Amino acid sequence: MNNWIAFRTLLTREVRRFLRIWPQTLLPPAITMTLYFIIFGNLIGSRIGEMGGFNYMNYIAPGIIMMAVINNAYANVASSFYSAKFQSHIEELLVAPVPNYLILAGYVAGGIARGLFVGLIVTIVSLFFTSIEIQHLGITISMVVLSAIMFALGGFINAMYAQSFDEIAIIPTFILTPLTYLGGVFYSISLLPEFWQNVSLFNPILYMVNAFRYGMLGVSDIKVEVAFAIIISCIIALSSFALYLLNKGTGLRN
Amino acid sequence: MKALSIKNLSKTYKNGHEALINVDLDVTQGDFFALLGPNGAGKSTTIGVVTSLVTKTAGSVKIFDVDLDKHAAKAKSYLGLVPQEFNFNGFEQVKHILVTQAGYYGIRSKEAGPRADDLLKQLGLWDKRHSTARALSGGMKRRLMIARALIHRPKLLILDEPTAGVDIELRRSMWLFLQKINEQGTTIILTTHYLEEAENLCRNIAIIDRGRIIENTNMKSLLNRLDKQTFIFDLKAPLPSDIDLGDINYLQIDDTTLEVELSKNENLNAIFAILSRQNIEVSSMKNKANRLEELFLSLVEKSEATLGSAETKSEASS
Repeated sequence: MNNWIAFRTLLTREVRRFLRIWPQTLLPPAITMTLYFIIFGNLIGSRIGEMGGFNYMNYIAPGIIMMAVINNAYANVASSFYSAKFQSHIEELLVAPVPNYLILAGYVAGGIARGLFVGLIVTIVSLFFTSIEIQHLGITISMVVLSAIMFALGGFINAMYAQSFDEIAIIPTFILTPLTYLGGVFYSISLLPEFWQNVSLFNPILYMVNAFRYGMLGVSDIKVEVAFAIIISCIIALSSFALYLLNKGTGLRN
Repeated sequence: MKALSIKNLSKTYKNGHEALINVDLDVTQGDFFALLGPNGAGKSTTIGVVTSLVTKTAGSVKIFDVDLDKHAAKAKSYLGLVPQEFNFNGFEQVKHILVTQAGYYGIRSKEAGPRADDLLKQLGLWDKRHSTARALSGGMKRRLMIARALIHRPKLLILDEPTAGVDIELRRSMWLFLQKINEQGTTIILTTHYLEEAENLCRNIAIIDRGRIIENTNMKSLLNRLDKQTFIFDLKAPLPSDIDLGDINYLQIDDTTLEVELSKNENLNAIFAILSRQNIEVSSMKNKANRLEELFLSLVEKSEATLGSAETKSEASS
């Protein structure tokens, strides 16, 4: 019971944080994704024609929603946990009888909450540009939640190692953004030469975007079962590593 | 029962600095205990290990007989910490900070809310309950950290320099508050650079220097060890130039001020008798320095001389 109250407290604090600073957390993705829909979907998309049997706007909508979810799940945990370290208020948690797995779960849940919240906003925005029908509700929901978990864990590990605010911007800028753009958000990898198709298979975001697109539209460049297996494996590996770092006190305890 | 029991505690930092060397320390339940030492002596490291903010190299820590390594959650639930530096989220509201902290200890917000209200009223922060923490003054922030440390009603409260930078009026009100919660049964460990504070509040004391406990006793017996005290006498009229003050060991600071040194086997009555015979009236008198301060300095100097010579010998032999 005590642990449940501690978890709920941590999650509430995280949700309160991103709602309090909504102009930094909720508004920018809504504006950015609207621009994606206008520029890529409307202006350029009308000249591209169909992709995967759908008009281009319909085709990119799942990828754009997923992009918003993973970016925000990552950013929430990375910035919140690093700020807690930077301002030393992480000590409030470290002195309290909160087990490390619960600290991890609380922050990751906060990342999932923001990811899903922003995902919902972007979905609502997308309804102004296209109609959305969900073909496989279970796959759609489980894939968006699993993707948010995976990137929230990534943000947590980034924040544990980070020594400055610059270091929590490096990974999103130099790794996350390129992987997202190359992860089949705006195109089907079947358009790529075979070599680049094979290279794309090493990008985990490709699996998330395609499995999510399968849930919504019923089309995918990869097998959905493979996507689930890869993402679940990544979650197990990342959460084990994050717990190892927490138990060791990396970046937290002298 | 021991509120805190530390055995053979050592901490060596990555850079090789030995912050703690085989520290043994016991604090009895209900005590008001002072842990003193110069800057960098190991006070904060000791507190850091006890509160799980610093990883120890060796040794054991028990809080109310619960081993911190084996049953961390239970041991931590007995502890409240008021750290040296402000460590709350400045953007959060004062009351949220308290209710959130209570939540980490498994206290529901329904119960934590009234507790927070009560503490905020007791510590004079009620009007600021909806303010963000960063909008508080330095003294208010210190009181907020005390409220946060007490929200889960800890049995052992550790205060690391709680009155640093606090004005005298507030410091005295904080002393009264701490004395009250100590009387209600909370064991308190205090580190401070204001030795007057330790002398007034604490019943037992440990002095740490260079990572070693160099003194661990009760306050009274420590103060009894004081060999001499120096008093400042303010005189009503200027001291005549041909005055003879007999055996009084004194230094004339100016026309109306005397600095008088009193050894352990002398008493003030004898001094006043000599002054009265000479028709010298004393308008006021005070200790030149705090008694504990004098002892503290002599103990630390002695320890540093001993450790310094030991280090020199060991360097020479290596």
